Amino acid sequence: MPIHRRPSWTLPEAEATQEAHYLDRRALLAAMGLAGAAMAAPAAASTDVKQLAPLKARRTIATAEGLTPLQAVASYNNFYEFGLDKSDPAQNADTLKPSPWAIRIGGLVNKPFTLDVDRYIAKASLEERIYRLRCVEGWSMVIPWVGVSLASLIGVVEPLSSAKYVRFTTLADKEQMPKIGFPVLDWPYREGLRMDEAMHPLTMLAVGLYGRRLPNQNGAPLRLVVPWKYGFKSIKSIVAIDFVERQPLTSWNQSAPREYGFFSNVNPAVDHPRWSQASERRIGEFGKRDTLPFNGYAAEVAGLYRGMDLKRDF
Amino acid sequence: MNRPPFWLKPAVHTALFLPLLYLLLAWGELLWVNPASDRLGYEPVERTHNLLGLWSIRILLLALAITPINRLTGWTPVMSLRRMTGLWAFTYAAAHLLFFLTLELDFSLVALWNEAMKRNFILFGLAAFLCLLPLALTSTRAAIKRLGGRNWQRLHRLAYLAGIGACVHFILRVKGFQLEPYIYSAILGLVFAIRFMPSRKRASRASRLPA
Repeated sequence: MPIHRRPSWTLPEAEATQEAHYLDRRALLAAMGLAGAAMAAPAAASTDVKQLAPLKARRTIATAEGLTPLQAVASYNNFYEFGLDKSDPAQNADTLKPSPWAIRIGGLVNKPFTLDVDRYIAKASLEERIYRLRCVEGWSMVIPWVGVSLASLIGVVEPLSSAKYVRFTTLADKEQMPKIGFPVLDWPYREGLRMDEAMHPLTMLAVGLYGRRLPNQNGAPLRLVVPWKYGFKSIKSIVAIDFVERQPLTSWNQSAPREYGFFSNVNPAVDHPRWSQASERRIGEFGKRDTLPFNGYAAEVAGLYRGMDLKRDF
Repeated sequence: MNRPPFWLKPAVHTALFLPLLYLLLAWGELLWVNPASDRLGYEPVERTHNLLGLWSIRILLLALAITPINRLTGWTPVMSLRRMTGLWAFTYAAAHLLFFLTLELDFSLVALWNEAMKRNFILFGLAAFLCLLPLALTSTRAAIKRLGGRNWQRLHRLAYLAGIGACVHFILRVKGFQLEPYIYSAILGLVFAIRFMPSRKRASRASRLPA
């Protein structure tokens, strides 16, 4: 019988701190006048990148393309829980409290656990990967993410053979996300991957960008990054990861199934019903450039979809 | 009709020119002064396109609201603003369309036609613009004379269709369920309701208003 040692960043259910205690602790700190002192240290949470704690990571995947400036990456965001304008999340997301943060990982697995993100970030061997990000709206960026392969985490929970899909859920807390009072989508935001997509080495859980922890508006403290799919698949501020048997219902697919497929692989040959996906505008450029199949990662991932009709399963 | 105060037209012209002036200055800054300027955000093309569209809808609603405002308030000088607001709405709509044509479609009218046939929201937007076009072309006193008042008036009812087209265009364009296009549609509905209220009722309501 194999012996499994629990990594130190997993919290058994009983050990996970209840939210009420966090609140107590915060109130206590404030009462002791320590809040001001804590602000000066590099922060685990902020909308201002310069204040965020630096992360140690070794670069494993790079590209010859120029990086999108940090200022643009951190101020041009789609995060509807904080408003509809691209500039809204950077302005409004300071209400998000991504530290401490717990992620419940369970479903069809042998070893469900709760991940303490701060502890995980301190212990994990982080990689820096420079990926293209292609938004379904027709713009793109090049971003140096910091994080780990999703596969490394999946290995820890030991999914059952019946687990065919992974479902991800974003926080939906009115206190921290005032804009979810209006049903732009059916909150909480949910996304999903097929198991082989989730296990693919390019699929990443990001905890930082540009060498620092994630700004709140970019999905702090932990988000998915799937570089060959449209950006909305790369779900932000994750609170739950569940292994399931059937293809999970995902938010945009549920909202407009004709427009946003479950797979949503970047595909210049399949138009969004309302606009062409053949080209994209790289943020910072005026002209448009051709969109590449699988966002330029076809050599790595096209095999996952062999035999599928990508016009039907878009 | 009492004469409008001397400042009314210049003031409204200035107000309606301001959004366009802002965009022109921001683009001037971006192209010739500071290429790193973030005044228009990180996707200035998209933002400019959206702002031109938004302002053309807003000003078109304003143009459509002028007769109802006159009905409700009895302040006739407001009627002197109808033509200029309509023309400003057309100006923003034309800039919106031209911007799309230039930066997204490489100035190809064939591509525009194909887009309109393929995508409903573009069809409604284009239809709204095509409703406004003859109104702009016949906005002169000479044109009114040439057409005759009755025909001119009939033709200019296209403005209502343009309003509907613009609102549908906006509703179909946004992602997810968003409030803003419905607010504009509600304003349009309100304007229509007042405009087409039966005149008997209108008369009785008008008589209750202070002179």
